[in-house]
Amino acid sequence: MFHSSAKQTAGLRRARGIMVNIGRFAVMLATTYLGLLAVTFFIGRVVPIDPVLAIVGDRAPASVVERVREEMGFNLPLWRQFVLYLQQALTGDFGTSVLTTNPVLEDIIRVFPATLELATVGTLIGAGLGVPLGVIAAVRRGSIADQIVRIVGLIGYSVPIFWLGLLSLLLFYAKLKWVAYPGRLDIAYEYTFTPITGLFLIDAAWTRQWDVLWDAFRHIILPGALLGYFSLAYISRMTRSFMLNELGQEYIVAARAKGLSERRIVWFHALRNAAVPLVTVIALSYAGLLEGSVLTETVFSWPGIGLYITNSLQNADMNAVLGGTIVIGSVFITINMLSDLLYRLLDPRTRAR
Amino acid sequence: MKPLLTVSNLSVTYPTRTGVVEAVRGLSFELGRERLGIVGESGSGKSQTGRAIMGLTPPPGIVRADALSFSGVDLLKAGSSTWREMRGSRMAMILQDPKFSLNPVMTIGRQITETLRHHENVSKREARRRAVEMLEAVQIEDPERVFALYPHEVSGGMGQRAMIAMMLVCGPELLIADEPTSALDVTVQLEVLGILDRLVRDKGMGLVFISHDLRLVSSFCDRVLVMYAGRIVEELATADLAGAKHPYTRGLLDCTPKIGESRHPLPVLERQKEWAA
Repeated sequence: MFHSSAKQTAGLRRARGIMVNIGRFAVMLATTYLGLLAVTFFIGRVVPIDPVLAIVGDRAPASVVERVREEMGFNLPLWRQFVLYLQQALTGDFGTSVLTTNPVLEDIIRVFPATLELATVGTLIGAGLGVPLGVIAAVRRGSIADQIVRIVGLIGYSVPIFWLGLLSLLLFYAKLKWVAYPGRLDIAYEYTFTPITGLFLIDAAWTRQWDVLWDAFRHIILPGALLGYFSLAYISRMTRSFMLNELGQEYIVAARAKGLSERRIVWFHALRNAAVPLVTVIALSYAGLLEGSVLTETVFSWPGIGLYITNSLQNADMNAVLGGTIVIGSVFITINMLSDLLYRLLDPRTRAR
Repeated sequence: MKPLLTVSNLSVTYPTRTGVVEAVRGLSFELGRERLGIVGESGSGKSQTGRAIMGLTPPPGIVRADALSFSGVDLLKAGSSTWREMRGSRMAMILQDPKFSLNPVMTIGRQITETLRHHENVSKREARRRAVEMLEAVQIEDPERVFALYPHEVSGGMGQRAMIAMMLVCGPELLIADEPTSALDVTVQLEVLGILDRLVRDKGMGLVFISHDLRLVSSFCDRVLVMYAGRIVEELATADLAGAKHPYTRGLLDCTPKIGESRHPLPVLERQKEWAA
């Protein structure tokens, strides 16, 4: 009787602990978003671009300019404008893009999946190859394999991506014809294929259009591999140094004294510990790619968010720029939160009790 | 009776940029199913000796010996697979600080069953049962609970008991304990030593107990090797400790404080070049 009630209180306490954690998480999330919105709002007001003039053009009569200014709420005090901005942003209304005349949200929903797909392919390649290469470099420190990984990484760091992009297009598309031309799909498919999520690889596989899947793959593989190569350079370096740190720990000696095989010691004991800081590194590199790599998107005519924001910026389309900034900021926040959660899963020492 | 472990003229050297460092130089001893203490100051080569016996000398260290054999196996000729079979199942080693020598992201139970399942073909359930039994044997009150804990969730004394359980679960014949209690509180030290003592006695293991604490070693072991600069300077039965002849051993013994004795000035260890020669 006493025992069971004690158990119950422990359960209640744990449930309350979880609730408190979720609450804390929500407050943190809300504050971060509020900060993000405030920063974008004030950037939008500080930049020397008059959004009214951007719409009516600089030859419109003063009365028209004044009327539009009032319609857009720019005559209100700054704090009222901010509240208005918050209300609109919370309902997903970032205004209309001057350049495309679509609501900004609609534009972003169209361009963001392209970036998401490319960044995901890039990160999968980068982490999938970078982590094993880093591990091998750490285990065989000072060997030829280590030197090769070092040189591959150094090239990845130092060669400009647009140059490598153009050269690889020349080689793999123009000469060897292994991959498809810039863009997400062949023109023939672009009018017949209706995306669902906007992630073409998934959409095509989902609807069993294997020819489209193959075509999308041939288009994404080159820019994806390039972005992957650049994140590989970074990820393999970091993996190497995390692994060297772990391999020097006493628990590795203990694992050897237990008679475990080198393979298990390296790929299970050491890597499992190195994975904890690696999660953050990979997540940040992924978030970096999700910002939209403008240069890659330009070279490969990839209709992603990097290209969208750059175009909007050049045309003084502030609504689009701010909307894009908010989306990128949200992506960063989300990825950070996710990596935080993953970090907790991987490292029992950071788990909330 | 044939000795369990024969070490003859063992040397461990490390090539460095400034020349070769000789960590252990010409060490010879035999070990039966007894408890042998190795004492010496930091850098005297006692830990290097323990690691060389386990085949755990880190590269670029080089181990040489006229003979190094363990219950009939010539360790000098052992390949890496022979070593792996021996370590953890027939010879084991306890390290100094459980804070660093247990894998922080694996539960204690998993680390114990890992040894077991690596060496013996046992089912998951059987491995778990024996791990819990082993935790009981190292006098952990609530073995089922500790089985599921992570190393950071237990105290140092508890962690070291888990370490002992992890290393002894396969019932090795030889145990090398490298300063197993140096990182623990003094009160916990005696408890852990007591547990170790009982297990070694019950299972008839050979024990090499490495420590810098001569008193501790003498209360715990049958025989003591005193090392200095990579060599054995004196070998004694613990009963004859008072009759130690070598000035270094005498110096170590003189460092022990006695109640009611004046310690001014503090005695200083004497070191002479010719002892290392």
